[in-house]
Amino acid sequence: MLELINVNKAYAEGRKVLTHLTYALKAGDYVAIMGDSGVGKSTLLNLIAGLDTPDSGEIRINSVAISSLDDDAATQLRREQFGFIFQAFHVLPHLTLAQNIALPLLLNGAPTDRVEQMLADVGLRDRGHHFPRQLSGGELQRVAIARALIHRPKLVLADEPTGNLDPDTAREILQLMRTEIKTNGATGILVTHSHAAAATADFVLNLTKDGLHPAKLERSE
Amino acid sequence: MSSASLSRWLLFGEWRAHFVQMIVALIAIAIGVAMAFSIHLINTAAFNEFSAASKSLSGQSDLQVYGRKAFFDESLYPLLANTEGVALANPVLELDVVVPGKLQNRNDHKLKIIGIDMFRAVHISPDLLGLTEEGKTLDRLADDAIFLSPAAMEWLQVKQGDSLSLNVGLQTITLRVAGGLVRARAGQRIAVMDIGVAQWHFQQLGLLSRVELKLKNGVNHAAFKVKLTDELGESYRVTEAIDQEKRIANMSRAYRVNLNMLALVALFTGTFLVFSTQVLSVIRRRQQFALLRVLGFTRQQLLQQIITEGAILGVIGSLLGLGLGYAIAATAIQLLGGDLGTNFFPGVKPSIYFDPMAAVIFFLVGLIVTMLGSIAPALEAARAKPALALRSGSEDVAMAKFSPPWFAVICLSVALLFTQLPPIFELPVFGYLAIALLLIGGIALMPRLAAWAFSGLLTLLQRYRLSTVLTLVLARLANAPNQAAIALGGILASFSLMVAMAIMVTSFRVSIDDWLGHVLPADLYVRAAASGDQGGFQLDTQKTIAELPGFDRVDFFRTQQVSLDVNRPEITLFARPVDRTDARNTLPLTDDRIASGALPENVMPIWVSEAMVDLYGYRVGEKVRLPVGATSSEFLIAGVWRDYGRQFGAVQMQLADYQRLTGDLTVNTVALWLQAGMTADAAIANLRQLPFGAALEISRSSDMRALSLEIFDRSFAVTYLLEMVAVVIGLLGVAASFSAQTLARAKEFGMLRHIGVMRRQIFSMLAAEGGLLTLLGIVLGFVLGWSISLILVFIVNPQSFHWTMQLHLPWGWLTMIAGIMLVSAALTALLAGRQAVSGNVIRAVREDW
Repeated sequence: MLELINVNKAYAEGRKVLTHLTYALKAGDYVAIMGDSGVGKSTLLNLIAGLDTPDSGEIRINSVAISSLDDDAATQLRREQFGFIFQAFHVLPHLTLAQNIALPLLLNGAPTDRVEQMLADVGLRDRGHHFPRQLSGGELQRVAIARALIHRPKLVLADEPTGNLDPDTAREILQLMRTEIKTNGATGILVTHSHAAAATADFVLNLTKDGLHPAKLERSE
Repeated sequence: MSSASLSRWLLFGEWRAHFVQMIVALIAIAIGVAMAFSIHLINTAAFNEFSAASKSLSGQSDLQVYGRKAFFDESLYPLLANTEGVALANPVLELDVVVPGKLQNRNDHKLKIIGIDMFRAVHISPDLLGLTEEGKTLDRLADDAIFLSPAAMEWLQVKQGDSLSLNVGLQTITLRVAGGLVRARAGQRIAVMDIGVAQWHFQQLGLLSRVELKLKNGVNHAAFKVKLTDELGESYRVTEAIDQEKRIANMSRAYRVNLNMLALVALFTGTFLVFSTQVLSVIRRRQQFALLRVLGFTRQQLLQQIITEGAILGVIGSLLGLGLGYAIAATAIQLLGGDLGTNFFPGVKPSIYFDPMAAVIFFLVGLIVTMLGSIAPALEAARAKPALALRSGSEDVAMAKFSPPWFAVICLSVALLFTQLPPIFELPVFGYLAIALLLIGGIALMPRLAAWAFSGLLTLLQRYRLSTVLTLVLARLANAPNQAAIALGGILASFSLMVAMAIMVTSFRVSIDDWLGHVLPADLYVRAAASGDQGGFQLDTQKTIAELPGFDRVDFFRTQQVSLDVNRPEITLFARPVDRTDARNTLPLTDDRIASGALPENVMPIWVSEAMVDLYGYRVGEKVRLPVGATSSEFLIAGVWRDYGRQFGAVQMQLADYQRLTGDLTVNTVALWLQAGMTADAAIANLRQLPFGAALEISRSSDMRALSLEIFDRSFAVTYLLEMVAVVIGLLGVAASFSAQTLARAKEFGMLRHIGVMRRQIFSMLAAEGGLLTLLGIVLGFVLGWSISLILVFIVNPQSFHWTMQLHLPWGWLTMIAGIMLVSAALTALLAGRQAVSGNVIRAVREDW
């Protein structure tokens, strides 16, 4: 589903972050990526999303090299096959919850019938007409998860999705994310510093200067 | 670290980060102050120079005695000279004489000639003594000598020793330029002659214009004036220098006040821009301020910080505005003259001088309005609860506090009330206040109207399958109306004022055009080169003209200036044949009149202009006394007519009544109706063939109409200029607020780009938002502008200039301006948005990645 082939990336000032990175993910995998700060976790997500380009090497999604796509094609790919979950939720304050969740469907020209079901799935039944200002942080992240999955993307990218939440809410959200990703048959990549969050994935990878390596979790949280 | 350092850091940090917005706000304040200050400087300079030039003609006299009519018998002079308390009496004859070489310019073809008694004038008005060639002092008394001011010499293109031809009635006389008037004011076009010589040449034997009096030391001026007024009776008026100043001030006051109001409109629009810039800046930094509050910044400090930011913008903007205003005034006065092309202050060449007091006032106005624009956002920021303010999505709720609906309703209601109130000191003060309140109320109501309109549109269109872009646009406009409204305020203010002015000017222009058609019914108008009110066509010349072939009808008019009030300019008295069966056939009467056939017998009817009703309280059906003839006579006011030519009042009466009362059979205008088949050119050629043909001023009514409309258009050119400035400021406001809002929405755009919204879709979104908002602004601006135009047409104009008009809407022009505004605002929004969208989408959501 996702192939990273000898990917290299350095920051503008020349500091190398990703060196000869090679890895492949199968469809349906739900992986957590951990690593020290500054090691390049976010950069890796940007490269996978086609929002940044590698200095060398190739990233393929379903055998399509992302770097070969122009901006419109990369946008189209994100629109159809990607779902994003952000740390700061990023829901549009002037849209209702239902409208926020329906956004990817509208962009893909798909019917919006699934919105009510998705709201119910994330525990926000009958609240589609509410505005984001009426919600708590955990509820906002539920909306973001629903928005990321409503159009049944092939790949869900989440970067510290529970970074702004309290432990109890975080636990709920992580469980919900996993359930929804699995139910929708998507591949998920979860970037996190939290061992508890990583533990909800199928397996955990540790990003170091040498590449991605399987990691064993120490239950410290 | 001191709190001053923190304040400085925050201030410079904000300006560095949003340099463009800061510059736009500065420009808006500067332009607003500059327009207001420059108009003030120009008006003051022109008024002072005109007043000084007028005063220089009456020299150092304590009192002046005038007749109710332009001229009076000189027998009054020895009486005044021998009155107890008078040290010196100086007789003066003042005439406006036609210069034949300048006849092609109907508006500017007369030279003011002052006849003085040199031996007396030397004590009272020495500036009027001509400078003769060396050894030719007696030239001052010579019967062919005339002395010209430098401006007059330049205008006439003559020098000392040259000959100068002038028209007197139907004859031409030639005088010798004996010297100059070196102490005349710059631009003042006057000529001086010996009074006896002037009386003789200009057929005014035994007549004077005024007698200037110098009183003996110790005589109480006020008491003497009262006593003399009583003694002289109602045929004369006694004035002081201050009366003259008042008269001049009254003449131009409405014009000056109106122009100042227009200039303040630019400042108002600028103020609104500052307000919106500050609101957006505060809203954008809401979380930053909340953080500062959490860290220990007090409410007081926060309030002070934001108001200081506004004050610094106000200080810099106002200082720039003063400099710019001075430069604009100096340039405008060079290019357009002191009256900006309106001919309100004829014959003066003022120069601008920096007025420190006015500068301080306009600086303070600029500073205060800027600070007022900052106070509301500052209070909101200071009162906001940090915990709530830290949350995103509460911005629109915070902004709603700036435009509570009750405030809008109060403004609109008070505006409505003000439209019913009378003028104050003959100025439409409440009319202007009503306009300001309508604007403020309209702008404050914008968020509600925007929410209502766009929610309705969204609901309506949701039945159909809407594009993502349109859904996003409509949802934002409907659900965040306060942010939308703030961008729209500038457009609404400037467009509504533009609409109001356009409707007012068009109504005025169409009304004038109709009126000209009514008051100039004949094909040709012929005037004798009259010397003031005297001279013109005697009975024999009237007969000669009437007997010329080719005319269907010939009417004779007599016009005269009459003074009814020492503090007001003279009114014009028209004596002409008025249709006895129905005066509407002759005069452009309003509905306020005695019906045809209902006029009582044995009364002399007069028809008064609207200004007479406002200024002198004349009412239809009333009997009034007017100084026509040797004494005053009683007349019945039979109707009110519209007069766009004379804002200080005019009266029409039957020529036969005038001739019976005065015994004066001369006339000064002849109206000629051509017979079918007769051309105007042939008729003019016939008139020129007459023995006195060369001295006639002949005008086609079509030319007079065209000239009048040309003068009208020129008068309003400066109005359009000021309105354009307001629109440019409005567009700057759109640019500033859209730029600020799109920057604040960078995360929104970043997220949208992540989930698959194309860059061009975001551009379309911004253009659609800008376009839809502007469209709403245009629709509401039209309604608001139309309402303001009603105030201008039916309240401000009648109260300022004492004339009414019919309402006419310039649809074509309004559509064009609306189109231009729509495209400009959409492009402005798009360009402002590019800045935000062109940024890195990763950086836009960087706190996540």
